[in-house]
Amino acid sequence: MLKFWDSSVGKKVVMGVTGLILVGFVIGHMAGNLQIFMGMERYNAYAKLLQEDIIEITWAVRVVLLVSTVLHVLAAYQLTMRNRAARPVDYALRDAQVSTYASRTLRWGGVFLAIFLVLHLGQFTLGWKWLLPEFSRGAAYGNVVLAFERPFWVVFYLVAMFFLLLHLFHGTWAVLRTLGLAKNAAEPLQRRLPLIIALVVTVGFSLVPLGVALGIVR
Amino acid sequence: MKLDSKIPTGPIAEKWDKHRFEMKLVNPANKRKYHVIVVGSGLAGASAAASMSELGYNVSCFAFQDSPRRAHSIAAQGGINGAKNYRNDGDSIQRLFYDTVKGGDFRAREANVFRLAQVSVDIIDQCVAQGVPFAREYGGLLANRSFGGAQVSRTFYARGQTGQQLLLGAYQALEKEIARGGVKMYNRHEMLELVTINGVARGIVTRNLVTGAVEAHVADAVVLGTGGYGNVFYLSTNAQGCNATAIYRAYKKGAAFANPCYTQIHPTCIPVAGEHQSKLTLMSESLRNDGRVWVPKKREDVGKKPSEIPEEDRDYYLERKYPSYGNLAPRDISSRAAKEACDDGRGVGPGGRGVYLDFADSITRLGAKEIAERYGNLFEMYQRITDENPYEVPMRIYPASHYTMGGLWVDYNLMSTIPGLHVIGEANFSDHGANRLGASALMQGLADGYFVLPYTIGHYLASNKFEKVTTDHPEFRAAVDAVQQRTSRLLGINGKRTADSFHRALGKIMWEHCGMARNEAGLKQALREIPAVREEFWQNLTVPGSGDTLNQQLEKAGRVADFLEFGELMCLDALHREESCGGHFREEYQEAGEAKRNDDAFCYVAAWEYTGDTSAPVLNKEPLEFENVHLATRSYK
Amino acid sequence: MSGTMTIKLKVWRQAGPKAPGKFEEYTATDVSPESSFLEMLDVVNDKLALEGKDPIAFDHDCREGICGMCGMMINGVAHGPSKLTTTCQLHMRSFKDGDSITLEPWRAKAFPVIRDLIVDRSAIDRIIQAGGFISVATGSPQDANALPIAKPDADEAMDAAACIGCGACVAACPNASVSLFTAAKISHLGLLPQGQPERYRRALSMVAQMDLEGFGGCTLFGECMAACPKGISIDFIKRMNGDYIWGAISERPEKITLGSG
Repeated sequence: MLKFWDSSVGKKVVMGVTGLILVGFVIGHMAGNLQIFMGMERYNAYAKLLQEDIIEITWAVRVVLLVSTVLHVLAAYQLTMRNRAARPVDYALRDAQVSTYASRTLRWGGVFLAIFLVLHLGQFTLGWKWLLPEFSRGAAYGNVVLAFERPFWVVFYLVAMFFLLLHLFHGTWAVLRTLGLAKNAAEPLQRRLPLIIALVVTVGFSLVPLGVALGIVR
Repeated sequence: MKLDSKIPTGPIAEKWDKHRFEMKLVNPANKRKYHVIVVGSGLAGASAAASMSELGYNVSCFAFQDSPRRAHSIAAQGGINGAKNYRNDGDSIQRLFYDTVKGGDFRAREANVFRLAQVSVDIIDQCVAQGVPFAREYGGLLANRSFGGAQVSRTFYARGQTGQQLLLGAYQALEKEIARGGVKMYNRHEMLELVTINGVARGIVTRNLVTGAVEAHVADAVVLGTGGYGNVFYLSTNAQGCNATAIYRAYKKGAAFANPCYTQIHPTCIPVAGEHQSKLTLMSESLRNDGRVWVPKKREDVGKKPSEIPEEDRDYYLERKYPSYGNLAPRDISSRAAKEACDDGRGVGPGGRGVYLDFADSITRLGAKEIAERYGNLFEMYQRITDENPYEVPMRIYPASHYTMGGLWVDYNLMSTIPGLHVIGEANFSDHGANRLGASALMQGLADGYFVLPYTIGHYLASNKFEKVTTDHPEFRAAVDAVQQRTSRLLGINGKRTADSFHRALGKIMWEHCGMARNEAGLKQALREIPAVREEFWQNLTVPGSGDTLNQQLEKAGRVADFLEFGELMCLDALHREESCGGHFREEYQEAGEAKRNDDAFCYVAAWEYTGDTSAPVLNKEPLEFENVHLATRSYK
Repeated sequence: MSGTMTIKLKVWRQAGPKAPGKFEEYTATDVSPESSFLEMLDVVNDKLALEGKDPIAFDHDCREGICGMCGMMINGVAHGPSKLTTTCQLHMRSFKDGDSITLEPWRAKAFPVIRDLIVDRSAIDRIIQAGGFISVATGSPQDANALPIAKPDADEAMDAAACIGCGACVAACPNASVSLFTAAKISHLGLLPQGQPERYRRALSMVAQMDLEGFGGCTLFGECMAACPKGISIDFIKRMNGDYIWGAISERPEKITLGSG
């Protein structure tokens, strides 16, 4: 087990498995969020369902997500350090040929997403007043509207979603290869399905702040 | 010097089995006490080092490249022969033996060739077991093709990279033994001296090409698998690093050099394009299966675009001269015919040294797709190098030096005239006679390394007592001194020409006078010109840098110095052999344009013995007897 | 066959493994567009040698794209601008008169510089030593046709086996990962029936060795595949990962049995 975690492939597998769990989560999360367009009652009832009626399940999911996130970030950090050490003297000139912008910005994007995650949880789950002074527990719909009436948060969330797009675009494509599951392809670098997944998730998420900002949700 | 070929008695088909039984064995527990040095890590060297280590010997292997996987065996494209008769087309060990002896123009030793044909079968099995990905049919069985004009399909291949795959198989076996501790690998080490004690090979002196350190290595037996000397022509299909230094140093220590004039010129190479050219690139001979070779009939047409030359003004000279074999005539014959056409002023391309290889007819007949299927990678390579599209304009080809059949003389046990010094692969002379057939080089390298030497070296080790020696022995000290002195001498000339420029000058002489066609006057002229170049070399060479670091100019200078002596030996041999046979074509000895052998006077191996820098080498003869294949004139008309 | 070109070169010069390196500039004049890239360097070196200066050291041997000895970063691209081409088969017609070209050695912790553009690639030999072979001794194996191998498997194994071990994958990888090389050998042998008995053990030990050598991990950038002169697909990395995972799951501790003799 230790040997597995110690190897570069093992760590990548951990990243892949935890990444898959997180992808599953963001898809569900995104779908849940869209209920905001069905009105306050529906949305608050959905929040109540998660936070009261099936709170045991919610906690179980939270633990899985927390462990996944920690492992994902830890493995990413350790691999990044290792990868940097693998080239102590860098090239004076390097011209990337086929690597995507998404793959090259994955690490910094990931850092941004981690910061986003903390702030997002603070804002809507933990109710940190310095992030959202008007936070009121139980009033999920109102909290969202109040937050996104502030242009700063709209922009911040949209930037985060842009990084999520890039992260998913590379991650959902890479994960099947990391886990040895993808089929051989004539053009292995092509990625249509990952692009669709990444677009659906990020557009779905972005609709919420945009909906508030454009006055569709109020 | 007495040349004892040690050919076992008895019927040819039983000689090897009988010999294997009669040879002495080394006790398994004692094998690790014997230290064997293998110089070279190509097909022959790597397979020998790995196999001997598997048997339990303590092996050291040396390569001048950074890894054993770089050896030039890797560049062989076409395939490897094996008398498996999987096609049911009448192949047999006997037939492969016959084809090889005849192809070699009756200048090879029958017993060796028969053994080669026998073990060819085992080689294929061995390589498949190692995971060599030979081409397969849909049914999962091995694919074969006919090659180089053979009338049976006995060539196994792995795309156009057969040499690479076979070498990687041997390399992997070698790395396995390195990991196990049976072989110690010395990469980036070049052998610069052979050490003999009381006339017996007991070690080598190497230069560490990274640190410049000159090191002595003691062993109970030394094996040279250092390849051929084709780079004596400067431009050849060989790798830049290929050199004759190891075998030439051994020659100067007393190993006889056999048939140096037998060199093979390959007909399908990309012609020379510019004066700074360093290398000629070979394209697989298989191209001749569908390409038609031609030159313009009229000299005034050579400057025209090929499309502007009408059909009736083209001379398809191979089809004209050799109607039954046509474009598939053997290598030596096709090469000479190209030279004749160019000498006649009808050559095409830069310098008029090229002939067309035209696929237009085949493309019309089979379609461009089918041609792409068969030769796509070769066409791409051609276009990458020449920037011309062979689907639209005919390829231009010209012969180039490719393989050398001559090498150090060895007996049936692959031992040279120096006891303990064994020579394998292209570095020895034994199996190809005066001309090598296509797909036989890989076969011979692996036969020697996997299946012959591991037995015969045991016999040598078990039959002799070895005094313990160390590198403090006076002979080792003298050899180390000699290497150091030579290095300082090369570094100390401080002249005005680079080693490369001397190499180029030598190559020009050799190609002009000792290349595809030779004659007495030319050879005599070469024998006057080479010493002059050599003299200037030792007075006007410049080697920048020092001897205690990586210094590629110094490496090159040492190799060129040896080529400058060796070239003379080659011309001497070509001059003495007053007949035409195989790759050795003497213009004086021909009949209606075809090579004329003289079996009465020259049916022997010419083994040259070194007698000193200022005295002429002595010719020793090993008569060749043909009891199983009857001497006949090769005819491909 | 237009006229000759003048090329400005900026070359990494380093006298030895421990010596500090720096860029130096040279001008190559009268370069024929027909000459190969290394022939252009030959001419520059000839000139340097005649001036008594140290020529630029670079590895090369076969000059026909198969030995894997040559390789350098040419304007930030491993083996230069032509696809599926080694440095030795790159021709000067790929450049224009007056171009500036920056030359650097492969850079990776596991590939220390020996001199100028020459690096020590022995790490990849050690990865092969860790298991890149089939444990069969020379002898009398079964007949070659006793083991049929489906053509697609043989073809795919050959695709992987085409690797020339030049190290361009490492050089091009932003992580200096050797995954493509390692995966190619694991796949070549793992696709063939002969390679099955050692398949998972091989994956485990070769991956362990590549980590031990200090190469980076794979992030699937795809740069290795673009740089590979033999076009080896990153699909083989997927295969390596699969074999590694299965190997880790199914690994059994090796029992030490006492001698029975």
